[in-house]
Amino acid sequence: MIRIEVDADLCQGHAMCELEAPAVFSVPPKGKVTVLDPAPPETERAAVEAAVRYCPTQALKLLDD
Amino acid sequence: MTLRQARIVSGGAPDGHLEELRADPIALMRRVRAECGDVGRFDLAGRPVILLTGAEANEYFFRAPDEDLDQAAAYPFMTPIFGEGVVFDASPERRREALHNQALRGDMMRGHAQTIADEVGRMVADWSDEGEIDLLDWFAELTIYTSSACLIGTKFRNQLDARFAELYHELEQGTDAIAYVDPYAPIESFRRRDAARAGLVELVGQIMAGRAAAGPPDRAGRDLLDVLMSIRNPDGTATFEANEITGMFISMMFAGHHTSSGTAAWTLIELLRNPRWMTDVAGELDALYGGGAEVSFQALREIPRLEAAIKEALRLHPPLILLLRAATRDLAVQGYEIPRGALVGASPAISNRIAADFPEPDQFAPERYAEVRQEDLVNRWTWIPFGAGRHRCVGANFAMIQLKAIFSVLLRDWTFELAQEPGSYRNDHSKMVVQLARPCVVRYRRRGDRQAAA
Repeated sequence: MIRIEVDADLCQGHAMCELEAPAVFSVPPKGKVTVLDPAPPETERAAVEAAVRYCPTQALKLLDD
Repeated sequence: MTLRQARIVSGGAPDGHLEELRADPIALMRRVRAECGDVGRFDLAGRPVILLTGAEANEYFFRAPDEDLDQAAAYPFMTPIFGEGVVFDASPERRREALHNQALRGDMMRGHAQTIADEVGRMVADWSDEGEIDLLDWFAELTIYTSSACLIGTKFRNQLDARFAELYHELEQGTDAIAYVDPYAPIESFRRRDAARAGLVELVGQIMAGRAAAGPPDRAGRDLLDVLMSIRNPDGTATFEANEITGMFISMMFAGHHTSSGTAAWTLIELLRNPRWMTDVAGELDALYGGGAEVSFQALREIPRLEAAIKEALRLHPPLILLLRAATRDLAVQGYEIPRGALVGASPAISNRIAADFPEPDQFAPERYAEVRQEDLVNRWTWIPFGAGRHRCVGANFAMIQLKAIFSVLLRDWTFELAQEPGSYRNDHSKMVVQLARPCVVRYRRRGDRQAAA
């Protein structure tokens, strides 16, 4: 199962994750990331991996349980 | 537990290390680490500077909250550049927030990549089939256009010419460390700084007068200047005058200008000094764009070899060599005292070359960023060209996209070669804003397989 971990200390609100995986991440205009779906389905895996890779501050982690 | 005092580095005239900081800051900071270790000290105009290097001390530095280590008080040389009493006299955090939310979000980046590619195209449009460029002039002018277009708007950028870049350069040159004694000291570079700022206010004022005379802009093409000009006081007068608007624009563009300009130049220099890597990177770009990819798309994706080359140029030639904060209260790090009022520094120039973290630290070796080694990620507190942690540069993402877009366009149509001895390219460290030292010339030549634009 996919699980997502966020280091809120590092998030600067670039919203690159929202671009990559809009079903899983949302970033309000003046805020930090909100994880819409902390345990997304397998179909989101590629998008979440891209979100993790393109996060400019390495604030996201994808964990497999 | 009693705290130890950080050891003070050797040297220093009776009035401390200011003169050495102005002459050879990297040698000074290297000696601090060699003599004092992770926590050392030098003196700047009667003020102790606690210089931190290495992962543990850097982590402390980058994790410290603003309430402990204050950024605003540490850079007195910036006030005369942004303008005293200008409305944007807000904390750097506030300024960063305002800037960030408007222009640096991910969803803006595709547009920025296209804008940057277009700007490179305009800059090379008047090149002959071969010639020479001064890297300092050329990249400084290019990045004035890219940063003004992306952060303020293409409408404003289209009203600028090389004069704006020249004046902006004079501002950046007005960052002598003598500012720690007196930011208004009667020295030549400060006089030129103040004249340049006045010149920029005049240019912006002319643009504003032209727009005011032209009447209300059409909504679609409005840029940040139109928005600022439209803000009115209750009595109907304009809220912001040219002086204030110029101050805002200078401060918005400052962090991203000399940094991107210098990094672009050093990436090109290092690729030319390491031809095997130039071949690799050019081949990588040809493969990507040969398939028809657009720069606006590809610059946002991975371009591994080019990115590794940029990262290595950043590691070896970080645009900011000394990051400073002011201690707002008595603090401690690794058992050493940081007295209230002291400046606290972290040094990308020193930490980026710690041999234990970066084998063969003085070698240009982009392979250190490949999978497995990933020395930038493994050494998150010592690979610090963009700072780290909560204070990591908010423009880092934009900067990487910008650099990828620049080289995607440049290396598609042109080849380059050094016009000087490879070892003769160096930085000028006489100011707090580091710039390439002249001469810094390279030759360009249109690729044989590319036609001149019709």
